[in-house]
Amino acid sequence: MSGTSAKSVRTRTEPAPVRWLLIIVAFLFLGLFLFVPLAAVFAQALEKGWDAYLVAIREPDALAAVKLTLITAAVSVPVNLVFGVVAAWAIAKFEFRGKQLLITLIDLPFSVSPVISGLIYVLLFGLQGWLGPWLQAHDIKIIFAVPGIVLATVFVTFPFVARELIPLMEAQGKDEEEAAITLGASGFQTFWRVTIPNIKWGLLYGVILCNARAMGEFGAVSVVSGHIRGATNTIPLHVEILYNEYNYAAAFAVASLLALLALVTLVVKSFVEWRMRETS
Amino acid sequence: MKSLKTIATLAAAVLALAAPLAAHAEVNLLNVSYDPTRELYQDYNAAFAKYWKGKGGDTVTVKQSHGGSGKQARAVIDGLDADVVTLALAYDIDEIGEKAKLIPANWQKRLPHNSSPYTSTIVFLVRKGNPKKVRDWNDLIRPDVKVITPNPKTSGGARWNYLAAWGYALKQKGGNEAKAKEFVTKLFKNVPVLDSGARGSTTTFVQRGQGDVLLAWENEAFLAVNELGKDKFEIVVPSVSILAEPPVTVVDKVVDRKGTRKVAEEYLKYLYTPAGQEIAAKHYYRPIDKNIAAKYAKVFPKVKLFTIDDTFGGWKAAQKKHFADGGVFDQIYGPGK
Repeated sequence: MSGTSAKSVRTRTEPAPVRWLLIIVAFLFLGLFLFVPLAAVFAQALEKGWDAYLVAIREPDALAAVKLTLITAAVSVPVNLVFGVVAAWAIAKFEFRGKQLLITLIDLPFSVSPVISGLIYVLLFGLQGWLGPWLQAHDIKIIFAVPGIVLATVFVTFPFVARELIPLMEAQGKDEEEAAITLGASGFQTFWRVTIPNIKWGLLYGVILCNARAMGEFGAVSVVSGHIRGATNTIPLHVEILYNEYNYAAAFAVASLLALLALVTLVVKSFVEWRMRETS
Repeated sequence: MKSLKTIATLAAAVLALAAPLAAHAEVNLLNVSYDPTRELYQDYNAAFAKYWKGKGGDTVTVKQSHGGSGKQARAVIDGLDADVVTLALAYDIDEIGEKAKLIPANWQKRLPHNSSPYTSTIVFLVRKGNPKKVRDWNDLIRPDVKVITPNPKTSGGARWNYLAAWGYALKQKGGNEAKAKEFVTKLFKNVPVLDSGARGSTTTFVQRGQGDVLLAWENEAFLAVNELGKDKFEIVVPSVSILAEPPVTVVDKVVDRKGTRKVAEEYLKYLYTPAGQEIAAKHYYRPIDKNIAAKYAKVFPKVKLFTIDDTFGGWKAAQKKHFADGGVFDQIYGPGK
């Protein structure tokens, strides 16, 4: 408590022009790099009117791209939700050898370029790769098909949930869980009744970020996609194709779907952040 | 608990939506092609589907994948299940045979005219009024001219561009290999950005407004002019250029595994029929059928064309000398050169 009051005193002692300058600079910067491009996306998308906009979004290849993007998110987000909770639980609540290594590994997708993440799968599952010939002999398709796209997306999005939960769970410590166990709760009951309610907002925050990235990922997915129209193009890849076909209005129309998603994400994120502050 | 159930139901619903994608009982072909053929095959696929249905065949849906020719060949080598490949140059298809053994070595003998149902050439696209007065290849090495061309490592069109420039220099009075190398070195000094495919370069030139002249496929240049406005761009035809033969083939291992050989072979043969040739010509690919060529003669400017076989001893030799790792292109183009 003393920390916050000290901080508020300090901000009040800051001279007014400095405060205003900082605020204006921050807003100008965001306006220039965030708001103007976003507005441009919607302006370009509606350049040829609402009818053209709707046609572009309802076109079969666009619908296929939307569907594929939703499938990819619907698989990779739950997978990373479970993985993230497990990993965060292990790291925050137990001591074990190799804990640092595990944390480093979780961060790996953040430090590796998405293109490399995609190439890893081509090298593994490609026809010339380690498992390629075996997969083909058994008629299993991984890359240049939906499974490869999902795998690449899972890879690039797996730090989000875990990274969000680890500091939160570490800060909460294990006192409440130990109390629950002492009072006779089973492991599962402890997890469900004690841990989950404590972390739910952080968890939701992680899921939102994870979902946003899963739907927007370009690099890794581009490498494993094969770019088959109406089959292996996600929304970002479809946008690139339309743009390359001089179909600028349609490209921006489809891009505006992603931008809308980003806006929704932003609103939900602010709400979750607000709830997190309220509950803590 | 409840939220978990909701997630599970949602996931199931999404998967159920996706299921019909796989359940269709029709023939699906995948045509893996190079960058500028998007519009051509969009039209052609519809025409072929109609033709095939009319002959009592199945309902055939041809899916398309486009990108730089070399990159596309790489994807097929890595297992992209192409029934047919229609790439920018023979060498990329040779690679599919050599690296992945998906097609026999004699693939190019299986269809007429080196398996190239249409040809093209390399021309210049400049901004309206030709402000930099670019008339021929030697204008491209002037220090005040910025040239846009894709990366020869990944793009087929870019390799044709490069070889066309080389061939021009070779065919000048007193031209020889050393002079050609010097000429192409100077030309690439004027290239500010290398995109990975022809379409990327066109977008760089027309949409982002970079550069003074775009080295382009003839069909790509026509398309840009017609799509984006005759008031913005014009085509300059150089004194001499290269005869580009973009070949096609079925991918044997894939069609035999999928059981699509017959329809895939028909798909390619239909390209050689008057109907197929007409579609190619409409998209500014030079038809090889004499009658159709005569009909569209006015569309295509007359250019003196040299061939890859006569001037460079075929694609294998050209690729090895110019575009392989450490080849001439690597020597002349690099950071700080």
